[in-house]
Amino acid sequence: MNQILDGIVRALQLIFSGDPTVYGVVYRSLLFSGVATILAVLWATPIAMLLGLKDFRGKSIIKGFFTTLIGLPTVALGLFLWLILSKAGPLGFLGLLYTPGAIILGEALLVTPLIVSIATNAIEAVDPEMMNLAKTLGASESQASIAVLKEAINGIIFSNVAGFNRAIAELGVALMVGGNLAGFTDVLTTNISTLTARADFSTAIALAIILLVIVFGINLIIVIAKNPQVLLALGRMPQ
Amino acid sequence: MTVLAELRNLTQCFGSRIVLENLTLQIQEGEILALLGPNGSGKTTLLKVLAFLLKPKSGEIKFQDEIVTDKNSERMRLQSALVFQKTVLFSTSVFNNVSYGLKMRKMPKAVIEEEVRKALKLVKLEGFEKRSAKRLSGGEQQRVALARALVLKTRLLLLDEPTANLDPKNASIIEEVIVTVNRELKTTIVMATHNMFQAKAIPHRVALIDQGRITEIGTSADIFGRLSRNLASFAAVDNTFVGIARITDTGTTIVDVGNGVQIEAALQKQGETSIFISPQDIILSKNQVTSSARNVFKGRIIQISDLGSLVKLTVDIGKPFVVQITKRSFGEMELNLESEVFIVFKASSVQAI
Repeated sequence: MNQILDGIVRALQLIFSGDPTVYGVVYRSLLFSGVATILAVLWATPIAMLLGLKDFRGKSIIKGFFTTLIGLPTVALGLFLWLILSKAGPLGFLGLLYTPGAIILGEALLVTPLIVSIATNAIEAVDPEMMNLAKTLGASESQASIAVLKEAINGIIFSNVAGFNRAIAELGVALMVGGNLAGFTDVLTTNISTLTARADFSTAIALAIILLVIVFGINLIIVIAKNPQVLLALGRMPQ
Repeated sequence: MTVLAELRNLTQCFGSRIVLENLTLQIQEGEILALLGPNGSGKTTLLKVLAFLLKPKSGEIKFQDEIVTDKNSERMRLQSALVFQKTVLFSTSVFNNVSYGLKMRKMPKAVIEEEVRKALKLVKLEGFEKRSAKRLSGGEQQRVALARALVLKTRLLLLDEPTANLDPKNASIIEEVIVTVNRELKTTIVMATHNMFQAKAIPHRVALIDQGRITEIGTSADIFGRLSRNLASFAAVDNTFVGIARITDTGTTIVDVGNGVQIEAALQKQGETSIFISPQDIILSKNQVTSSARNVFKGRIIQISDLGSLVKLTVDIGKPFVVQITKRSFGEMELNLESEVFIVFKASSVQAI
């Protein structure tokens, strides 16, 4: 209990002291996971639309494939990517290993199945006649697809947020292909791991609390953006 | 009369199932054409083909003398609008729903606002612009869907069972709108229905459709004025019965429809007769009531279907009768499958077809 309290105190000290090391770690965490999520969303959304809107042979197998990959252990993916990106690997010429690029690529691959699965379910939950409705009202094929996406937007946003949460909270990929290089590829999770190994528990707890605050904070912003009445309700709470 | 649309030797399949078979049909400009047939007869598929949402497996579609192909179908779709049987609404306001098609057509904002206002007035939903469309009642939602199609002023308006799941008040509003739009805007309307009474009262022509084929087509007077085997065989159409009629001493007619069911009608008919009783004209009660109604039958509920604000019950009295009651009444009466009930309807509710 004392360690946790120390951790909370240490977290507050680190945040309000403006410690550049801590801020740097937080910045890199947000940047790498944010870019990874954006990248994943860019290629996952068309896949989800295809799976959600079209019927074709093998669809259930592909859906099952993505669902299975949700549970892919991060360290296994990290190892696999390390082998590919290392000098001896097929993509070693890119020189990505132990760079932010490797972490971004790895995390994007990691969260893609999650985003695809949730977004596909959201799109499938839209009334199957929605496409036809939009078309009969004059929409082109692409406009009709946008209409369906709009109806599924809550689920799609949820898939993106879930993807980001997974990316920022993962350790295996960042450690294996990022190398945890101080000031360059170290992020919150790799620092928490290192500090714990060094028995610097209070700082490790502090960073864990900061990570939790970031995750909760971003999710809260999304909730409020979707539903501003939440703020009003909070304002009306008894003092 | 000018032909607006023409289907020639049209066949449509879903997998190995033939849904429309070698169908030929002309739609005259300015008419209201009813497609009358039981569930599964191909009405919805035909409407979707006319809406250029489905490409037929074989055959030809012509619209305003132009053959519809993959290349021009998107342009052709701007000339027609389909209102689906099951109401589909966007998760937004009534205004955004109704204005969607106008925005797709890039109409100016002022025009959109004015046209939406007019369309909502037509369906008696003035002032509903800002309301959330999905929070409206079933009848209001269907009226929004209709307004959304009407606002586009397309050459062809396609309605799939427009009043199927509605209470009498909303059904009446929609029927009035259909007639008004056709009369004043000269909109050509094709409506699918399995409601015999509606098919008799509203359209100029009726096409009987069964198992993907048009079996008969003619004016309402033609189709309903003579007893045709096709019409009489629509046993799957709710509350339609064929029987032997005899006139009673009191001037009414008793129609024996079989299985011990004899229906009294305020008609003068003799011999083989087809009759229809609208589900909305039938009262359901758990106990026998004394009333002026001549037809009182005891039966049991054999099927229950949820229609949103209404519940559709099939009651077996020897012959299956379809009755519609509100969900509230259904709950209050604590009805279930196999519940014993009485159905009651007046002799004047029995219509000859």
